[in-house]
Amino acid sequence: MNNHPETSFTNLISQRNTIICCGSGGVGKTTVAAAMALCGATQGRKTCVVTVDPARRLADALGIGQLDNSPRKIEGPWPGELWAVMLDTKGTFDELIRNYSSDQAQVESILHNRLYKNLSGSFSGTQEYMAMEKLYELHSDSRFDFIVVDTPPTRNALDFLDAPRQLGRFLDNKIFRLLMMPARTYLKAVSVATRTFLRAISKVVGAEVVADAVAFFQAFEGLEQGFRDRAGKVESVLSDPSTAFVLMTSPRTEAVDEAMFFAKKLAESKMKVEGLVVNRVHPSFKLDNQGPIDLAQLTTRVESQLGKDLLENWAQMNLMADQEATHVRDLRAKVSPAPVVEIPLLDGDVHDLDSVRSIASFLV
Amino acid sequence: MDVVKFCKQTTVVIVAGKGGVGKTTVSAVLATMAARVGVSTLLVELDGKAALPALFGLDGPFGYETIELVGGNLRARRLTPDDALLDYLADHSLGRISKRLVNSGALDVVSTAVPGLRDILVLGKIKQLEREADAELIIVDAPATGHAISALTTPQGLVDAVTVGPIRVQAQDVIGLLSDKQRCSVVLVTLAEETPVNESVQAAYEMEDKVGVNLGPIVVNGIYPPIDGLGNMTDDDLGDQVRGIADPATRDMIIRAARFREGRQELQREQLDRLSRALPLPQLQIPHLFSTQLSYPDIEGLADVLAEQVAGLPDS
Repeated sequence: MNNHPETSFTNLISQRNTIICCGSGGVGKTTVAAAMALCGATQGRKTCVVTVDPARRLADALGIGQLDNSPRKIEGPWPGELWAVMLDTKGTFDELIRNYSSDQAQVESILHNRLYKNLSGSFSGTQEYMAMEKLYELHSDSRFDFIVVDTPPTRNALDFLDAPRQLGRFLDNKIFRLLMMPARTYLKAVSVATRTFLRAISKVVGAEVVADAVAFFQAFEGLEQGFRDRAGKVESVLSDPSTAFVLMTSPRTEAVDEAMFFAKKLAESKMKVEGLVVNRVHPSFKLDNQGPIDLAQLTTRVESQLGKDLLENWAQMNLMADQEATHVRDLRAKVSPAPVVEIPLLDGDVHDLDSVRSIASFLV
Repeated sequence: MDVVKFCKQTTVVIVAGKGGVGKTTVSAVLATMAARVGVSTLLVELDGKAALPALFGLDGPFGYETIELVGGNLRARRLTPDDALLDYLADHSLGRISKRLVNSGALDVVSTAVPGLRDILVLGKIKQLEREADAELIIVDAPATGHAISALTTPQGLVDAVTVGPIRVQAQDVIGLLSDKQRCSVVLVTLAEETPVNESVQAAYEMEDKVGVNLGPIVVNGIYPPIDGLGNMTDDDLGDQVRGIADPATRDMIIRAARFREGRQELQREQLDRLSRALPLPQLQIPHLFSTQLSYPDIEGLADVLAEQVAGLPDS
């Protein structure tokens, strides 16, 4: 499907409604996402960027140093609008519970359950799911027409695609459904094997943990359908043709390997990478049409140790640049014809709008 | 400090740091350095990924069974949370139901009800290896997480949350290990860049305060070795040093490459200063290698460099 024959990031940013930035941790995803949002505002779009765990000073620069789960407007000399929100996983989950509960008592009993507190704070996949949930919420918010989402730096960069399903599986848990049955049915329905099994779980983790779980599933009764419907809607935003996945990597081997894996997985889910950002690329100090450097031969032409060191440094810098280009080559081929942008290694950290702007200048 | 003495300070060394700082490289370098001075070393990988084995020229991840890497003093194995869980269930005569626990999804519920359960099981297994005196030195390449230390702070949270049962006992044992200065230390790995330095400083204080762990030296990865005499030179001076290269455009590139290097070194110096002011720990520096994919000879070279620096540390 090629309804959007963009050949550049400029087009991607002007034509799509949603950009999802993915890649492994430590490649500068948050700053590039912020830069893309800035480009959107510069093009006149009403932009909102969802960031996940930004470095403190960047968060402050974006005016989102405090977690409050609602977008803050950043004022600046752009024709469009720029808003930013830092993902508050627990706050987003709490809102969902409030929306789908039938009464205040149900809200209270869920929000105060210990299992729920853990689920909303640390269940693997919850942060990913809530990032997507936030995306859906902003997507339906008429204040914005362009959303950029930074995804959590998970070990498995793909968790967010599976997150709604993963949570569904959790809520569907058969073992605990059995536990929730009224006492008499329980005795009939639960086999001796299952009871032994439950006793075994209690023995390992303690009966109170099992009791917490039962209380949670009881309180959650009736909410699952709403949650499942919602998860379906979130998934439909992900597969919408106006949504684009942009892959980010550094030119280091490990990051590129992860990015390759990610592109493959995305393809398996019938989605594709529509842009590639290679961040923190070493500069190359080469002449046009320069062949390989014969360092040993060149070294004979200089006398001082410093001169030899300078030559070696020059050769090493170019070797590094060549190696990086080699690593990225396969990835470029894999995502072709998606546009590719390389951002050089910058001198300092990105922690203010000016440096976000300098990153943006490489995108468009 | 004598390198053998350095390697034998604690049996367990946990190498921690945020993703992308080179934790895996540092684990391999520390293990190689120890094995080369005759300390029997076990390298433990917790992700089941292939990056660490690749540094030793192996294809694919380590297995659950310990294998010998080089020379005979160095062995390695994988220890994922799933491995640790199956072992734990077997040890508690629940091996029979382990498959059902996993398949029914009950495990998801249990590990959510008890956050950090997986971390505890892994750390518990490491404690067991330490107790069995499996090696004189056990180096743990901690998993790449958003935060350097989340796995290390979980035992305390778990003891607070679970008041009875074998998991609580396990968590208490793990806290015992983590806070015992004779048995366990944490080596933080960072880069000489602004954000990694900030995060390492914060992680170090949190670890000492919350977990009471014993911090080893902080390892700063990717340091550009200085070029003697580069400072205070004008571009013309530098061009003069390479005047044997006839082409002026080439000489210009050589000068620009040198200036780039100088700029990076200056940034690193500032960050190293900031790090030593904020964190009173000995620093070990791993030089930047001009390669994006390291091989075993690189690791051996880095182990030599590290050994020299360890020799320069004061006896504590």
